[in-house]
Amino acid sequence: MGRTLVEIEKISKIFPGVKALQNVGFNINTGEIHALIGENGAGKSTLIKILSGVYQPEAGGKITMNGKVLEELTPLESLRNGIVVIYQDFSLFPNLSVMENIALGHSVEKNDTLVSWKAMEAIAADALDQLGLILDFHVPLGELSVAKQQLVAIARALANNAKLLILDEPTSSLSKGEVKKLFEIMLSLKKRGIALLFISHKLDELFAVSDRFTVLRDGQYIGTYSEDELDDDQLISLMVGRKIEYTIYPKNKKEEPLLEIQNFSKKGNFQDINFTLHKGEILGLTGLVGAGRTEVAQAIFGLNPVDEGTMLLDGAPLVINTPDEAVKAGIAYVPENRLQEGLVLRKSIEDNISLSVLDSISANNGLVDLTLKRSLTEKWMDQLGIRPNNPQMLASKLSGGNQQRVVISKWLATEPRVLIVDEPTNGIDIGAKSEIHQLLRELAASGLGILVISSELPEILAIADRVAVMRHGRIITQMFCEGLNQEDIMSKAL
Amino acid sequence: MKSGVKKLIVSKEGILFCIFLFVFFLMSLLSPGRFLSWYNLQSMAYQLPEFGILALSMMIVIVTGGINLSLTYTATLSMIVGGMVMANISAAGGNGILAVLAGIVIMIGMASLCGVFNGFVVAYIGVTPMLATLGAMTLFEGISLNITKGGAISGFPFEFLMIGSGTVLGIPIPMILFILIIVGTWLFLERSKMGMSIYMIGCNPKVALYSGVRVKRIIFQTYLIASVLAAIAGVLMASRYNSAKESYGSSYLLQAVAASVLGGTNISGGEGKIAGTVIAVMILQVISSGLNIFGLNRYLTNVVMGGILIVVLTINFLTEKRSK
Repeated sequence: MGRTLVEIEKISKIFPGVKALQNVGFNINTGEIHALIGENGAGKSTLIKILSGVYQPEAGGKITMNGKVLEELTPLESLRNGIVVIYQDFSLFPNLSVMENIALGHSVEKNDTLVSWKAMEAIAADALDQLGLILDFHVPLGELSVAKQQLVAIARALANNAKLLILDEPTSSLSKGEVKKLFEIMLSLKKRGIALLFISHKLDELFAVSDRFTVLRDGQYIGTYSEDELDDDQLISLMVGRKIEYTIYPKNKKEEPLLEIQNFSKKGNFQDINFTLHKGEILGLTGLVGAGRTEVAQAIFGLNPVDEGTMLLDGAPLVINTPDEAVKAGIAYVPENRLQEGLVLRKSIEDNISLSVLDSISANNGLVDLTLKRSLTEKWMDQLGIRPNNPQMLASKLSGGNQQRVVISKWLATEPRVLIVDEPTNGIDIGAKSEIHQLLRELAASGLGILVISSELPEILAIADRVAVMRHGRIITQMFCEGLNQEDIMSKAL
Repeated sequence: MKSGVKKLIVSKEGILFCIFLFVFFLMSLLSPGRFLSWYNLQSMAYQLPEFGILALSMMIVIVTGGINLSLTYTATLSMIVGGMVMANISAAGGNGILAVLAGIVIMIGMASLCGVFNGFVVAYIGVTPMLATLGAMTLFEGISLNITKGGAISGFPFEFLMIGSGTVLGIPIPMILFILIIVGTWLFLERSKMGMSIYMIGCNPKVALYSGVRVKRIIFQTYLIASVLAAIAGVLMASRYNSAKESYGSSYLLQAVAASVLGGTNISGGEGKIAGTVIAVMILQVISSGLNIFGLNRYLTNVVMGGILIVVLTINFLTEKRSK
């Protein structure tokens, strides 16, 4: 094994309302393939963004590379130090040639004013050589297959003199053969002393090439293990962990159908989705990111109309093409990304809660009844215990838990029949999570049907009556939650 | 009550009003005889409304997160088309008042068409507002020039001139219209459900859409309403100049943007108060009239106005950055 290349010490990152990373620290060696794993929201992306200079860590954290402390890292500085990230979308220029894509970063890094085509050609040839690749230099990148584009991205990293190459879910859109080719290249890079940080959800792939594993969970460092210390099951249990014990609510079997989804299909999103949500029931919908969960939810809410399929509400067919139709039909959707899709951060609690019910708090002349607006806001703030108790507080200033309560209030104000919540406790502190769980259970008890999309299995097991597991756009299984454990679900989802 | 007064003074609008008073007194002190003369006050009272209405029209579009660069050409195209009809009826010996009514209806109708065009392209096709309305600006200007062949439409009935120059109880009619429009746009933007949706769309159209707001329709309607306001400003201009020409008011275009921003409207949308825009319009009017009285040439006036705008934008940017 090589020497230590990067030392990560006490890295924390706090976003409004959530601690994305807490005191994470581990080492990456030269010439190793180091897997970084954790569930969605464990903090992997945040850590990558800190390493690549996109985010600044909180004070007290330190990144050392080759014994040199990297302070106030910017994306350019990070690149100059040889840290290169290959994102899922590669961040390449599809309209430029292969050569330009490989060599451009190099000339930016050198601060060249003029482009020397000769030099570019040499750089690109050298990089492709190192990878043992034969590609036409002058083809626009966009004409290549995804796998080849990825290799170009790696060639660019080599041209940039990468010392630490970070691969974010590199295999997600590759065929089996392409994955094999990628792994060969990864191993050859490793031999040449480059450190690779490899992020993937696919355990078999992780075990195929990785030397060591670092596990993150809820923004915390769980541990670093060498490849021979662990097997699949141990890794899964480290990822899901023995986290805080949520209150497990009793499971009910409900009979009265509320929302029936029949044969929902949308090309490239999901196929043959069938399930029934009953009155007073919480149905969990889980699976890996990319399995198609959010797409199904958005299809029901009119944001992502289906190619085929029917939907019944109370037994009557329902066609929904836009969100306002969904709202009128009594369907509410709390999106996954609270900060970008759920809340208008620059506006007050009051403005946010009343946004979905402007019609019902306005007089016939179109003017909003401000007294009604305030009393409605106060009613929901009171019922859901939103703190601080100030309707004019800006949504951006609230904690994650209170922000989520505002979004839920906005929907409860519409008096929905069906509530869809996408990752309801994503980025919310633990105490507030339990309170959101309790709230959802109370709402179900009042007769709502609730569809909870969650990657967090303990959450599903705590609050859902039943769970549907998705993989690659299909529902693989539907199970009654009584007596299930996390591993039962995870094994279906992977 | 005391805290309410204090709040009012330290609010953005309160500060703006203090700036207005300061500028007004400064001009009065520097040129007491002429700035405070009845003639100058009167002429400001006639100029202010057309600029003010255009600024309010611009502002409501900016609050949606858009901009309307075809604003003044919407006003002139509609005044040219309506003005031709009015002049023809008048020349044929028709009733003056009927001619004026027909003319105004056509002006508003023409502006509505312009608004439908902009609104459709921006809201339903999804073209960036700046590009869509830049194209529309050239289009409307071109149509206008084709109609007028570069000249001016004139020969309006006497009754039409009364709109721009008449008074009721000593108050100029344009001023009365302006006040009505201030109240109307305030009710629309700051009190109606559509106005509240506009603010939310301007901040984050995705959240609005995800909340069941019909985002496209509201943006479309906003461009339509803004165009009707432009037509009203057009009526005032045509009446005051006693003619209609494509270039009238073109200097108001960027000044309308300037007044909105100076008045506290966020150029990227979602924030802005009617009162702020109105006070900003008054400030800009006082400065331009004042500089004019000092005999500063028109080009230097532009330098001063541009300078003020950049200073305000910089201050806004820095205070926003600091508050983050």
